Amino acid sequence: MYSAIVFLPLFGAIIAGLISLAGAAARHPGGSPAHGAEDHATDSFAPRHRGVHAPAHHGAAIAHPHHEPHAESDAAHGGHGPGAAEIVTSAFLVICAVLSWIAFFRVGANTGEAFTVPVLRWIESGALAAGWALRVDTLTAVMLVVVTTVSALVHVYSIGYMSHDPHRPRFFAYLSLFTFAMLMLVTADNLVQMFFGWEGVGLASYLLIGFWYHRPSANAAAMKAFIVNRVGDFGFALGVFGVFVLFGSVEFSSIFANTQAVAEGGEVGLRIFGSVFTGEGALTVVCLLLFMGAMGKSAQVPLHTWLPDAMEGPTPVSALIHAATMVTAGVFMVARLSPLFEHAPDALIVVTVVGAITAFFAATVGLVQNDIKRVIAYSTCSQLGYMFVALGLGAYSVAIFHLFTHAFFKALLFLGAGSVIHAVSDEQDMRRMGGLRRVIPVTYAMMLVGTLALTGFPFTAGYYSKDAIIEAAYAGHTTAAGLAFVLTVVAAAFTSFYSWRLVFMTFHGKPRASAEVMEHAHESASVMLIPLYVLAAGALLAGIAFSGLFIGEAQEGFWKGALFFGPENEILEEMHHAPFWVGISPFVAMVLGFLVALWFYILSPDTPRRIGEQHEGLYRFLLNKWYFDELYDFLFVRPVMALGRFLWKRGDGWLIDGFGPDGVSARVLDVTRNVVKLQTGYVYHYAFAMLIGVAILVTWMMFAG
Amino acid sequence: MHWPILSTVTFLPLVGAAIILFFIHGDEEVHRRNIRHVALGVTVVTFIVSIMIWTGFDPANPGFQFVEEAGWLGGFMSYRMGVDGISMLFVILTTFLMPLCILASWESVEHRVKEYMIAFLVLETLMIGVFCSLDLVLFYVFFEGGLIPMFLIIGVWGGPRRVYSAFKFFLYTLLGSVLMLLAIMAMYWEAGTTSIPELLQHQFPASMQTWLWLAFFASFAVKMPMWPVHTWLPDAHVEAPTAGSVVLAAILLKMGGYGFLRFSIPMFPLASADLAPLVFTLSVVAIVYASLVALMQEDMKKLIAYSSVAHMGFVTMGVFTGTMQGVQGGIFQMLSHGLVSGALFLCVGVVYDRLHTRQIDAYGGLVNRMPWYALTFMVFTMANVGLPGTSGFVGEFLTLVGAFQANTWVAVFATTGVILSACYALWLYRRVVFGELEKESLRSILDMGTREKVILVPLIVLTLYFGIYPAALMDVTTAAVDNLVNNYQAAISGAGATASLLGH
Repeated sequence: MYSAIVFLPLFGAIIAGLISLAGAAARHPGGSPAHGAEDHATDSFAPRHRGVHAPAHHGAAIAHPHHEPHAESDAAHGGHGPGAAEIVTSAFLVICAVLSWIAFFRVGANTGEAFTVPVLRWIESGALAAGWALRVDTLTAVMLVVVTTVSALVHVYSIGYMSHDPHRPRFFAYLSLFTFAMLMLVTADNLVQMFFGWEGVGLASYLLIGFWYHRPSANAAAMKAFIVNRVGDFGFALGVFGVFVLFGSVEFSSIFANTQAVAEGGEVGLRIFGSVFTGEGALTVVCLLLFMGAMGKSAQVPLHTWLPDAMEGPTPVSALIHAATMVTAGVFMVARLSPLFEHAPDALIVVTVVGAITAFFAATVGLVQNDIKRVIAYSTCSQLGYMFVALGLGAYSVAIFHLFTHAFFKALLFLGAGSVIHAVSDEQDMRRMGGLRRVIPVTYAMMLVGTLALTGFPFTAGYYSKDAIIEAAYAGHTTAAGLAFVLTVVAAAFTSFYSWRLVFMTFHGKPRASAEVMEHAHESASVMLIPLYVLAAGALLAGIAFSGLFIGEAQEGFWKGALFFGPENEILEEMHHAPFWVGISPFVAMVLGFLVALWFYILSPDTPRRIGEQHEGLYRFLLNKWYFDELYDFLFVRPVMALGRFLWKRGDGWLIDGFGPDGVSARVLDVTRNVVKLQTGYVYHYAFAMLIGVAILVTWMMFAG
Repeated sequence: MHWPILSTVTFLPLVGAAIILFFIHGDEEVHRRNIRHVALGVTVVTFIVSIMIWTGFDPANPGFQFVEEAGWLGGFMSYRMGVDGISMLFVILTTFLMPLCILASWESVEHRVKEYMIAFLVLETLMIGVFCSLDLVLFYVFFEGGLIPMFLIIGVWGGPRRVYSAFKFFLYTLLGSVLMLLAIMAMYWEAGTTSIPELLQHQFPASMQTWLWLAFFASFAVKMPMWPVHTWLPDAHVEAPTAGSVVLAAILLKMGGYGFLRFSIPMFPLASADLAPLVFTLSVVAIVYASLVALMQEDMKKLIAYSSVAHMGFVTMGVFTGTMQGVQGGIFQMLSHGLVSGALFLCVGVVYDRLHTRQIDAYGGLVNRMPWYALTFMVFTMANVGLPGTSGFVGEFLTLVGAFQANTWVAVFATTGVILSACYALWLYRRVVFGELEKESLRSILDMGTREKVILVPLIVLTLYFGIYPAALMDVTTAAVDNLVNNYQAAISGAGATASLLGH
């Protein structure tokens, strides 16, 4: 069953990929290069180019460079293939989701036990052995449910959302490929397989962000996502090497069995840059390196810059990858490695600080963004920060619970935003929306549900999970807990403000879109709405239904050691004893944010502009995302390019070749040229030279002899 | 006595060359076709026969297998052939890639087809000979002999600056090899034999080891190529015809790494241990430096050539860690790089045949007309980046694991290569394949034809297969590498014990 859950999406991806390739190859026949050259020479306007859609396609893209090109009326293109690809991949995913829920209840039940399903040998070299295997415990089961459920819903939703796109099979192939990689990640039983999933989701994310490959901005965003993630992976890889040196293994079971021994200072030390780390010091180093990978994948400051740009991808992608699943991989990784992190308290402090700063930073930027998807993207970034705060405090189950509920309401918000974008002819700028609540009432209702859950309205999902994080931050003992508490409460107020701002700007007030757009505005088809209903149910009920299991009374029987809590770690107990004002502070923050948003965008719509003008500098600072992109461009991109050019032209060209082969050959030529001059061809020159030689020889012999 | 399978595989291509030379005369289209068919047939048969080496190979045996011996040059040196777990797969790699090279030259080479095919077949014999020979002199003959056909291939069928590049290639490599020849003579006077198995048992005095090591290093470092003697490679690649680039990147570069494994480490373990920091430094510089330079290239082949330099840096780094993971990873990286870089050069060849330019600027938006090509190029780009699941990952990962155990500084700097390789490879892909198809010259470009698919699809399959199930290759190398690493470590600790005894 577990193999089916993991590998069905792979089969789906392969089938859809083949359909896509066959379709594309049929449109663009291959040929020998000789023919190509002839074509090139004689008829440069491509008479054989039967892909009629291409010009229309590009026309649309050029006309609206920043909007999603749905407008092409090209649905008929491609025959039966696209339909088959959609149905196969979606059906596989629905099966996976059903199986995952069965697995969830089976493993989560008190009697269920953790186990490993071996699949295949992989890398074996000396002591290093990493196989393909599926490790299933409660943590994995939770992730299976999240990944397959959201993925199945996104697949179904995309049937409607992408219905106008001629490259649908490719899209579905990528979606299923992503799902497969994500499932490999969460079922990994060793760090190397986790790294496979980790990079695999990175690849799928790269392909999906750059799905509309004719757009330069999408290509740039895709590359940025991959490369920034690779910066994180740099740390992850080094962390894996460190773990191997310390533990002599990369398998979770043997690592976890030995953490205690290594933390107490085993024989093996980690020699880093000349100094030797042992015990907790070594574990701290390793955990920080691994956490660097998590920062990249989960878009934590300062490796967050790729996530907002990733919104260049189609909206269902943003819901699946950049909200519900892939970006939570970092959270999953830290939770999975909780036995390691629990023995590295200093690393945990770093995790808390980074999480708290990200939660606050992203919320401030979210306050002023105008692109509907970017607001939600920054919100995701901020919520991931909350999860890391919880992880850093040792409240691993709280973090996973927030991951679980967040998947529902954030996917709901993204898919709802997609429905809005779909309705208003691919407009994403909220300044050109407004007054849509009468036109698309169902979407409006769904977005309201998502917003309530995100802001933590009582008894919705976010209320249980986010408030638990804030309480944990209050109850935490580490030096970072106080900072985390303050920042998360402030961020909660901001969250409420920007969420309601989004709702008010999009759905309330007077319509700011052109009359033509408003005329065409329509509610989405039910194939898109049904996933929204399911997610809305999750956003409303996931908290109340599962909080007992995840973080309440039943949690020990539920997790069964999948998450590790040290003997002194009683945060889950202590957070329930937080004083009343702490419990109510997120609620107050939420109401405050709501009221300010109401004042700014409904009651007195002039206020935001006035405040923006009064605090021009601050506004620009936030609007430009604290100038991170500009800073990185200045610090890394330009110097690296300049260095590359310098090494090429000066290093290779001038130094090595100049003094090496070219220089030597030039000197040889100089010498031979001069020697050639001696050879005049006149006999008397040679005779004279010979005479001199004889004279020198005789002289030398006289003196020497 | 067994059937001498190694000699058969080695000299079959030479027989093919003789057939072309003596039996096909004339330069009509029909003759050219016959020449191509003979060349293809011979290389395919060679490949099939060489598969029997793999099936008959005993992976549990760390020593040499299929050994052949015959007197030669008055008995002081002999004709000795044999393969072990380290060299066997390189033989297969060579025989596997040659038919693809012949196919890749099917249409793009139009003048002097006869000489071209003869050069390739002779080259194949010499390359296989390098990996099979168990005698120093024989090794040297094959090793040096390979220069000649390659020199001709670049110099005759190359691009506009072919003569400069061919001479640069030839003189660079020859200079290193001359030093190796001196070392070989010295080894003969010291050990009294040129048989490699006997030399592996011989213990050279520590002071001599350093000099011999340096002499061999001069030759192999140029061949690899290591920084700073790498500048012949980009020029040679750029000017060579597609198949020449493939052979150069996939096989000729591997001779350097193979040489380190066959001679430097097992025969001069003390010098290897002493000079490993030098190798580490040069390797790390190569990885970072070549990646940075690759980032700024405007010529597709040059970019891939620099990326080869970076990837070979991982090999030298891994091999000299003297750890199981490092050495095995180094071998795997070489095999994988043989497939991936060869395939990348073939990918460049596909578009070069259509547009006759390698400038990145001349392309853009190919995905709009060439879906097969886009997919193929994507697979190899990702393999080049070292994405897990492709063969590129396994070698890179293992060499880095080895390096981390030896020296964390080295591992940290080398791992930055992971970031940089993503930068240059994805940027190349974006500029060539993604985007709008705007250039007039590309409007009628055609996707890969059947012949090109026949060449590249097997490479895709193998790249993924060895990425998912690397054990297929690793199992062959395990015993031999284990033996190598154990002897190496024993030699070092033995020397350490002697030194400490003397010290007391």
